[in-house]
Amino acid sequence: MVNIEIEKKEDIHFIRVTGDIDAGSSIHLDNAFKEGLETGESKIAVDLEGLVYISSAGLGVFVSYLDEFELKKIKLVLFGIQEAVRQVFDILGLEKLIDIAENEEGAIAKLNE
Amino acid sequence: MSKNIVIACSKDELTRIRQFVADQLDLHKIPDLQAHKLVLAVDEVCANLIIHANNCDPINKIELDLQFTPKQIIFTFRDKGVGFDINQYDSPSMDELVSSRRQGGLGLLLVKRIMDKIEFSTEKNYNICRLVKTIG
Repeated sequence: MVNIEIEKKEDIHFIRVTGDIDAGSSIHLDNAFKEGLETGESKIAVDLEGLVYISSAGLGVFVSYLDEFELKKIKLVLFGIQEAVRQVFDILGLEKLIDIAENEEGAIAKLNE
Repeated sequence: MSKNIVIACSKDELTRIRQFVADQLDLHKIPDLQAHKLVLAVDEVCANLIIHANNCDPINKIELDLQFTPKQIIFTFRDKGVGFDINQYDSPSMDELVSSRRQGGLGLLLVKRIMDKIEFSTEKNYNICRLVKTIG
């Protein structure tokens, strides 16, 4: 089960994810990104502090938007990734493709660079 | 010793199979970070079998058998869907995935990077996929 909450703080669109993202629940993450695109956000921060598990279906959602975000100059930063989940990002080398911050403060700083 | 579970080919079953594998790994005192990766590899193979080999048809079943030896953990999947040998699959590069905006393609790459050996065979009407992880 995954729970996703959207929050707008100043000009940053926060997507806060808790629970598990697998092949059955990755659609909810995809919908959150779609919504961000539809509302024309230019700064997206994904809070993964409450994310316990993510499979390739969820990671694929992040990867599938990178090209479009770059084209539309949308900044994306993930933050708060727990150690067990972080090692999965490392296995695929995703930290080379996606901006990752330690915490919310770091994410805001990166988005405002 | 060996333990097994049978699941229906539905994405809703993924949580149950992850819990089963996590419980078994915990019983055998596999460290948490290592266990997390092994659970992930099992989840990826199951998701692949459910979606691609069995078209999410819950009448079809997947049987998973876990065998613990002093030096190895062996995960054996049996199903009757469309046979697919992971070893024959060339994972797309990350650049290809980004530019194609595809969401699939990362799962089997994860399985290959997490496991030490992947074997595929067929026996009677069954496809058998065996993942081996060396421990200790």
